[in-house]
Amino acid sequence: MAGGMTPAPQGNGTGYRAIVGPLLIPTWVMIGIFLVLPVLLMAVYSFLTKEFRGGVVWDFTLAAYDQFFLNRGLFGDEPPVIEWTYITIFWRSIWQAALATLICLIVGFPTAWFIATRPARTRAVWLFLVTVPYWVNLLIRTVSLKFLIRENGPLNESLMALGLITDPLPLVNTNLAVQLGLFYSYLPFMVLPVYAAVERYNFALSEAAADLYASRWVTLREIVLPVVKPGIIAGCILVFVPSLGAFLAPDLLGGAKTFMIGSLIDEQFRGSQGNWPFGAAAAMILMTLVLIVLTVYARAQTKGDAR
Amino acid sequence: MKGVRHYPGFLAMAVACLVILYAPLIVVTGYSFNGSTSITTWGGFSWRWYADVFTGPDAPRFKAAAWNSITIAILAATTATAIAVAASVAMIRGGRFKGKSATFALINLPLMVPEIVTAVATLIFFSAIGLTTGYMTILIAHITFCIPFAYLPIAARLQGIEETYEQAARDLYATRAQAFRLILLPLMMPGILSGFLLAFIISLDDFIITNFVKGAGMETLPTAIFGSVKQGIKPNIMAISTMMLAVSVLFVTLSYLVNRIGQRTRS
Repeated sequence: MAGGMTPAPQGNGTGYRAIVGPLLIPTWVMIGIFLVLPVLLMAVYSFLTKEFRGGVVWDFTLAAYDQFFLNRGLFGDEPPVIEWTYITIFWRSIWQAALATLICLIVGFPTAWFIATRPARTRAVWLFLVTVPYWVNLLIRTVSLKFLIRENGPLNESLMALGLITDPLPLVNTNLAVQLGLFYSYLPFMVLPVYAAVERYNFALSEAAADLYASRWVTLREIVLPVVKPGIIAGCILVFVPSLGAFLAPDLLGGAKTFMIGSLIDEQFRGSQGNWPFGAAAAMILMTLVLIVLTVYARAQTKGDAR
Repeated sequence: MKGVRHYPGFLAMAVACLVILYAPLIVVTGYSFNGSTSITTWGGFSWRWYADVFTGPDAPRFKAAAWNSITIAILAATTATAIAVAASVAMIRGGRFKGKSATFALINLPLMVPEIVTAVATLIFFSAIGLTTGYMTILIAHITFCIPFAYLPIAARLQGIEETYEQAARDLYATRAQAFRLILLPLMMPGILSGFLLAFIISLDDFIITNFVKGAGMETLPTAIFGSVKQGIKPNIMAISTMMLAVSVLFVTLSYLVNRIGQRTRS
């Protein structure tokens, strides 16, 4: 009877403790075999020799990384100098992703704040409206954007009809179009976590600041932003990471001059022109970048918790 | 009271946000009803491109792609949801066990690895073990990346269910299986439905990974649409897009309703 009187320790009273292993086996097997193992294999492939019809020869070499970072001339016998082609592509991806993150923040923060300060009923409607595009197929959204901003598209037509411009703006195939595409693709990823943070914000803090003669904007900078920072950082990660490896926006909206990491990797696995070890190496470098970002984020999180 | 919550310009930004998010979708929906063969001029309201999707020259290709997409989404979402239910019960009802945080990281791994990396790694893996790419490889890849999407709402729901209901059942001599089937499973249902819907839409949505592991001749709706769009945006693509848009809106509404019912049963 005593067992009924004292509360059972967490997880013991329902009898699942004994079968934790069997319950988790499907997860371990699926993600272990079909994601962890492939990523490890990809790391191995990045050190293999390329085969001409796509695929690899099992000879270990640093050729893929060498090709990425160094230029040894046409016949490979000149003294190595730094090869800028691929570093430029990565650099472009990084600043495009960073800029997209910044613009998402500039538009997303006021939106999230506005939604979180609505009465419960209208808040639900706003939240619903912001969530819907997140569920819509990314390919379809990107195609729709391309349709809207293309040379003879509705955007240019209406701007010309309004007399704001005389010639259509050449938007498609520019960095600007890719930027717009990234921003458009991942905007909901910024709004939702920032909203979650603002919703928990205690507005009494703002009132206290206002009582002490702080202006609105000083309050925003000194009080609100530090408190909701975890939500902002989460939003930035959620926008930056997928933007970095984005494929659809640069591929559909950009051109040769706007080439990003995603297209570079994709190209290495297309037909006989491809170079699997090089593609694997580029993917490894991308993953390393993402891991660095996530590690810095995790560090910042634990520091924030300790405070 | 209103003072500290109000910032000038934030309403304008929120409205701008909605306009940006919806303008392309609304424009494409509008033009999908365009009667003209040209995508630039308006030729009056018409259903012709919808008819074209089902009976036009591209119809067999789109039908096959839609069939693949839908069956893969159903199979992948169902399997991922079943795996996620088992995992969430172990993670939340299993108490402390060795490797718990590693398992948590493993479940979330598909969300952390960039999609293009997953795509490359999966293609390399299937090619290394000599599995021919096709329907089966797409399905396996989809199940894998759907697991965290199914897991998150299910685990969130389970976290909110007190153990006392199951303990009461066990005290009254219900077996573990009975307590699960008759008590826990019905209580988890809103979370399971949300997880399934999310996994379904994520599977239906995927382009990058599918494009890598699909193999020649095999298409899902996104890869078929991508192939068409490469040759220019045709009106029938806009009709398909609008239909997929409608499906997405239907799903998000469903999941919203499921969540509302879930909240009501919890309180």
